[in-house]
Amino acid sequence: MFDSLSDRLGAVVGKLRNRGRLSEADVDEILAEIRTALLEADVNVTVVRNVLARIREKSVGEAMSKVLDPAQQVVKTVQAELIALLGGETLKITYASQPPTVVLMAGLQGSGKTTSAAKLAAWFKKQGRQPMLVGADLQRPAAVEQLRVLGAQIGVPVFSAPGDPVETARLGLEEARRLGRNVLIVDTAGRLAIDAEMMEQVRRISDTVTPRYTFLVVDAMTGQDAVTVAEAFNDTLAIDGVILSKLDGDARGGAALSVKEVIGKPIAFAATGEKLDAFEQFHPDRMASRILGMGDMLSLIEQAEQVFEKEEAEKAAKKLVDGKFTLDDFLEQLQQLKKMGPLQNVLGMLPGVGAQLKGAEVSDDQVKRTEAIIRSMTPAERENPQIINGSRRSRIANGSGTQVQDVNRLVKQFAEMQKMMKQFGGRLPSR
Amino acid sequence: MNDLWLYVAVAATIVLVGGGVVVVRRSRRTAVPPAPVPSTPAEPTATIQAVAPTESVAPPDPVAPAEPVAPPSLRDRLSRARGVFASATTGVLRRSAIDQSTWDELEEAMLRADLGVSVTTTLLDGLRARVKQREIADPAALIRALRSDMTSRLAGADRSLAFDLARGAPNIWMMVGVNGAGKTTSLAKIAAQQIALGRSVLMAAGDTFRAAAGEQLETWATRTGAAIIRGAEGADPSSVVFDGVQSAAARNINLVLADTAGRLQTNTNLMDELRKVRRVAEKAAGVVTEVLLVIDATTGQNGLVQAKQFAQATQVTGVVLTKLDGSAKGGIVFAIETELGIPVKLVGLGETVDDLAPFNPEEFVNALFDE
Repeated sequence: MFDSLSDRLGAVVGKLRNRGRLSEADVDEILAEIRTALLEADVNVTVVRNVLARIREKSVGEAMSKVLDPAQQVVKTVQAELIALLGGETLKITYASQPPTVVLMAGLQGSGKTTSAAKLAAWFKKQGRQPMLVGADLQRPAAVEQLRVLGAQIGVPVFSAPGDPVETARLGLEEARRLGRNVLIVDTAGRLAIDAEMMEQVRRISDTVTPRYTFLVVDAMTGQDAVTVAEAFNDTLAIDGVILSKLDGDARGGAALSVKEVIGKPIAFAATGEKLDAFEQFHPDRMASRILGMGDMLSLIEQAEQVFEKEEAEKAAKKLVDGKFTLDDFLEQLQQLKKMGPLQNVLGMLPGVGAQLKGAEVSDDQVKRTEAIIRSMTPAERENPQIINGSRRSRIANGSGTQVQDVNRLVKQFAEMQKMMKQFGGRLPSR
Repeated sequence: MNDLWLYVAVAATIVLVGGGVVVVRRSRRTAVPPAPVPSTPAEPTATIQAVAPTESVAPPDPVAPAEPVAPPSLRDRLSRARGVFASATTGVLRRSAIDQSTWDELEEAMLRADLGVSVTTTLLDGLRARVKQREIADPAALIRALRSDMTSRLAGADRSLAFDLARGAPNIWMMVGVNGAGKTTSLAKIAAQQIALGRSVLMAAGDTFRAAAGEQLETWATRTGAAIIRGAEGADPSSVVFDGVQSAAARNINLVLADTAGRLQTNTNLMDELRKVRRVAEKAAGVVTEVLLVIDATTGQNGLVQAKQFAQATQVTGVVLTKLDGSAKGGIVFAIETELGIPVKLVGLGETVDDLAPFNPEEFVNALFDE
């Protein structure tokens, strides 16, 4: 895993803390760290250069000398700059006056066009439209079959015809008109940007169906090549927006920023999971934090919402701030937490926690051991860990296959946590 | 180690509190409109039921393709879309001395090729030291040194595909990787080449998740003349692979190519599922001799994280670098090879079955520099 920008800057910032103003050299040092962070997030080299130039301009000026913590201020500047870059005008979907509104999907092989097409169809359906899908990927074996299965899952009709993709797209448009479907999404075969013949083919499909929107599907894991690809597709097809796929992984997704900067088209949607409803309009501010590795609290909360039982969570939260949170409750929460993925990633999303965890591998085995210890306790012990004495301790250690020290540590840290949460709870706005 | 537990606790509670707060906020917001439709938590592994794999098109004695095709030269195919290093090299050689722009140009080329900051810095620092000691005096020597350093970073690895019936029969090669990397297509290409070598091949359609993945593989089985075992959609992939191995053993087929569903390395449940596939594959007669991680050449720095996680779950033995016929350079393999010690064994250079070549570091590096 890469160090987050906040980790990287930690050292620099610490050194500069007591200084009233930043010298040119200080700014250089900070910018060097930012540069590395952006490059490790796969932001394009050229884009990095441009971004840094703009940040430098804003960082050495007079305004800088007045702030208390100049280094932090630089980070804020960076974040603001990235949000500005990613944001701008969010793509507002409008519909053709003469239906159907045609949407064309294009991209490299394996970028996620077919899945995104189906997810987009589901999204349109949720907006109250009647979408239809056209499978014009006649290249990859069973691509149309895949689209049919996905179409059936979301209840959207799928049209395809063997032979020529251009002809298939044309027939699909006719069929949509005949059936009175008001949104038509055309899935095309994956193609390399440098494959002239295939690019010509997709251009002809585009000419035939005259899409209102042409979306380029970009894998969030793409590296420096994203820019080359986006430029080539934009030259051929005049892209209207980008769909960022596979954003549920741990890629920082700097490609998104690069594409936006280079072709000047917004990121319209982001795919955030394998489920067909894991698809949403794009949030620039979250992406900026993610690229910088500064924690993504909002996504974390959303993820938590999906996993945690609403009522249970409310109950547990109340118990927690009231100081009535038991080890049993904790065990329950651990189970939920585990559903959210590897602990390391979950913790990585918490702002600030990343830095403290540096160098320490949090393994899910430790969670297992913790569970084992709690499970070896009697209900009374879980309710009130204070009653755990020497003989109980060794029984628990034996029962869970751990050491007495482990049990001690757990009990002690649980008590500390309770205390902390009580204080935390006291500061929460009353509900 | 000491305070890890505390972090876990803190994380759990913060998540919990965060969840609680949001829930409260949400319920306020949704007080007027009707309650949101509950999303079904359809975790793919949760609903899976073991379904007896159905056997289909299985020509027992696959006929070898008419003529063995000469493997495409990496250099021929790569040269189409190079230029990153070529223009840097031209720029560097235009100047008579090594100066700051020299380093900047080289660095930029390396970063553009997705080598990553760490590999790039290491390579350039080494060269800087040698320039300082006057071991390297002029730009031409510098370019030569960089080329040879890059090549030697990739030297010495065993890139052969392990096929050894003495270890057990059949041999099992597993394909793993993230979604869309090209696992199924690579598997098909490997099948065609192994069949051309005279080996009998059975494909186990372990991707039971993606819609129509089985159909895709079946098309390839028919085209390449491999046998195939499929399970129903949503079937337990481990059981499909297990059945594939048993079926191969019964029919004296000595190579099983096991496909698996694409998964992001962050999904613990799916990574556990993959662990299980690897484990269960060896419960039948065979032995797993290769676990090939398929990585898309367009992948950026996340490729290293992918390799790390997949290696941890399945003891990856080699990398297949796909889609190298595009404009992507695939530089992430430098980090994967040197930091994780996983050799690149094959590269994918196109869509036809023959477009899969053994990886050759020298050709790979040369192609980066060639005009």
